[in-house]
Amino acid sequence: MSSPTFPPSESFKFSMLLSDTRYRGMSLQVITFIIFMAVFFWLVDNTIKNLALLDKDVSFNFLWLRAGYDINQRLIPYTSDSTHGMAALVGILNTLLVAFVGCIIATVLGLFVGILRLSKNWIVAKLMSAYIEGFRNVPVLLWIVMVFALLTEFTPAPRAFKGAEPEATMLFFESIAITNRGTYFPAPVLAEGAYWLLLCFGLSIVASIYFIRYANKQKKDTGKSLPTFWVSSVVIVFPTLILFFAMGQPVSLEYPYLKGFNFKDGIHLRNSFLALTLALAFYTSAFIAEIVRAGIMAVSKGQSEAAASLGLRPNKIMSLIILPQALRIIVPPLISNYLNLTKNSSLAIAVGYMDVRGTLGGITLNQTGRELESMLLLMGFYLAVSLVISSFINYFNRSFQIVVR
Amino acid sequence: MMTKIAFVRKKEIPPSAPPITEVGLIGWLRQNLFSSWLNSILTVLSVYFIIIMLWDFIPWAYGGHWNTKSLRECLDLDPDVACFSVLTARWKQLLFGLYPAEEYWRPTLTFIFLLLAIVPILFPKFFRFFWFSIIYPGLAVWLLWGGSFWSISIVYVGLTLGALFFLTVIRRYLKNYMIAAILAFLFTALFFLFISNPLVGLLNVILPISLPFVESLKMGGFTLSLIVGVTGIVASFPIGILLALGRQSNLPVIKMICVGFIEFIRGVPLITLLFVASVLLNYFLPPGTNFDIVLRVVIMVTLFSAAYMAEVIRGGLAGLPLGQHEASASLGLTYWQSQRLIIMPQALKISIPGIVNTFIGLFKDTTLVSIISLRDPVGLASTIRADQKWNGIYWELYVAIGFMFFIFCWGMSQYSQYLERKLKTDK
Repeated sequence: MSSPTFPPSESFKFSMLLSDTRYRGMSLQVITFIIFMAVFFWLVDNTIKNLALLDKDVSFNFLWLRAGYDINQRLIPYTSDSTHGMAALVGILNTLLVAFVGCIIATVLGLFVGILRLSKNWIVAKLMSAYIEGFRNVPVLLWIVMVFALLTEFTPAPRAFKGAEPEATMLFFESIAITNRGTYFPAPVLAEGAYWLLLCFGLSIVASIYFIRYANKQKKDTGKSLPTFWVSSVVIVFPTLILFFAMGQPVSLEYPYLKGFNFKDGIHLRNSFLALTLALAFYTSAFIAEIVRAGIMAVSKGQSEAAASLGLRPNKIMSLIILPQALRIIVPPLISNYLNLTKNSSLAIAVGYMDVRGTLGGITLNQTGRELESMLLLMGFYLAVSLVISSFINYFNRSFQIVVR
Repeated sequence: MMTKIAFVRKKEIPPSAPPITEVGLIGWLRQNLFSSWLNSILTVLSVYFIIIMLWDFIPWAYGGHWNTKSLRECLDLDPDVACFSVLTARWKQLLFGLYPAEEYWRPTLTFIFLLLAIVPILFPKFFRFFWFSIIYPGLAVWLLWGGSFWSISIVYVGLTLGALFFLTVIRRYLKNYMIAAILAFLFTALFFLFISNPLVGLLNVILPISLPFVESLKMGGFTLSLIVGVTGIVASFPIGILLALGRQSNLPVIKMICVGFIEFIRGVPLITLLFVASVLLNYFLPPGTNFDIVLRVVIMVTLFSAAYMAEVIRGGLAGLPLGQHEASASLGLTYWQSQRLIIMPQALKISIPGIVNTFIGLFKDTTLVSIISLRDPVGLASTIRADQKWNGIYWELYVAIGFMFFIFCWGMSQYSQYLERKLKTDK
């Protein structure tokens, strides 16, 4: 985008600041900068005046004051005696939990739907496009409240599980209970020696990674491919399994059971968490499905034909030729969809899930009256997440994109 | 010795009909549904899934009650079917919010005019009616909010005078666009500062045309969604283009401001921005200012989707070969000429799907205003459910609202596909 420049035919005149392409850019920038700073200082000045009128100051001390409210879903110890800062941290972890679980479900579903949408089976392809269009064209907030209504209205109350002939039964050998107060799963209980098991499992994974590296090197050097999948699955599963039985089963499952009118023990996933996570995952999976489809379709047909003419088998064509090229197109928008999911999790308030917007930007803000500080911290958190994710995208693009001039 | 050829065929054999398993309905089924055992399983599963869905849904929806007074009455009649009476009873609220009942014709007329106003933009065949699209925004504001006709039309008068002033200066006096633009801006500002108010007062006395004023908090339902959505879409497009150009610019200060703005907006959820609009904005404005909440929301939604729009258009700009920029510069076109004639038409064409996706996203995001307690359809759904008569109703409301959004968003995506096909120049 170079602008044409002309040799100077006359000496400098003041009007050239606006008419000569050599100076115009500079004077435009100076004007913009002055206007920008003026607006900025105007806003800051207004804020100072308003704060003075309301007799407020800007201070983050409220973070160390007693919060005084309960949060029912938390990953770290927290009581109403904890500080506002702690409440914010609980909220942040809750947001990250929804984002993490949601992204995993969305990716799996999205891959599945996206690939099936390309299926030659007419009815399956139509069904998948109905799924995609349905989720993409209806607001996510509506999906969240709908899934929440589904989970609370159409599931049995815990007391329905009572009695000799209960109206509702638990799933999977009496281990999972779906109720209108949430879903109960068995919880793993770590006995003494369980950490050795974890250590062993970690070491097996490291060992299998080294084996895959070795196998890849072998393939590059000699052309022979080793059965990486089987060997690494055996390496990962068996040592831990043997140790598990050898040490006398140090990890056991704690099943949820009915006590009074509610379930006890086990992992309790509240409906608010489930509804938010599932709705966000369904919604995002529709977008991911389209990304996957576009990525696979973008690899030109000549590529797979050329690979076939080189004598590669269909699964090798997929894994060596199509996927590496499709992934380069799929991954950046995929990650930005993860970011969207994380940001959409701020709609948690619609179902009463206490994410960071609900604690820091909700109850804390209302109790302390520190709108400015709370919103600054809240936006700072979301910005930090998005900057980390977008720097990852940039890193990916730099390392994998085809280089043009 | 002559070999006698026993038989020579003189005519071609007519082609025999393809086997019955390869054509017609059976052939289609074999190719599309049962081509392999895996596909057969998938087909059977899908058909089973569709049947169980419809098995429940059709009797539920078909036998639904439309004319009961409350949910209780519905359940007494037949608890297994839909209770659409809530829609019969409350459809006006879902469409118009708390808009005064005797003024319903105004949002309705605005909506009809909206359809008329977008036709010239969507279909070039009707471009000669574009003047209506230009006067539409003012007309819509006047119809929806009411007040004096003149105070809206004076804006048009002022802007037209400003444009005429600009053209006259360019034609008659000097050829510098930037100075002319600054002068025209000053001229228009002077007009609005000193002339417009007395003029409106005078016109109100001579020929009073006005509609009863309706305050913003009365707007709700799909009227509100459309106000926020359509204004956001129209305003975010040009801002998005400018931001994208600014981000690609080689002037560092402008580039930095644009990058900072885009990354900031894209990094935070819309809901926090709406929160800023409803709670924090009063801190940033001079003490005592208090402007319309709908306007604040529209501004925030516009800025939000402008940042996304900028990234989509930047993608289109990056998709163009560098040669296009260089070729247009070597033809001697200025920056704005080359943007207008060479770069933008191509870049926008590439980014149509993304642009329309941003529009759809914006329209869906209008439901978020329910969280700062404006009465959009989703917010109204909870208001209606809080009513004792309809307490406990879910699907009828949600399905109806979802269906309305689906129609708008799906319509937009279909139009974008039509546009892509129409503008396709290769192949």
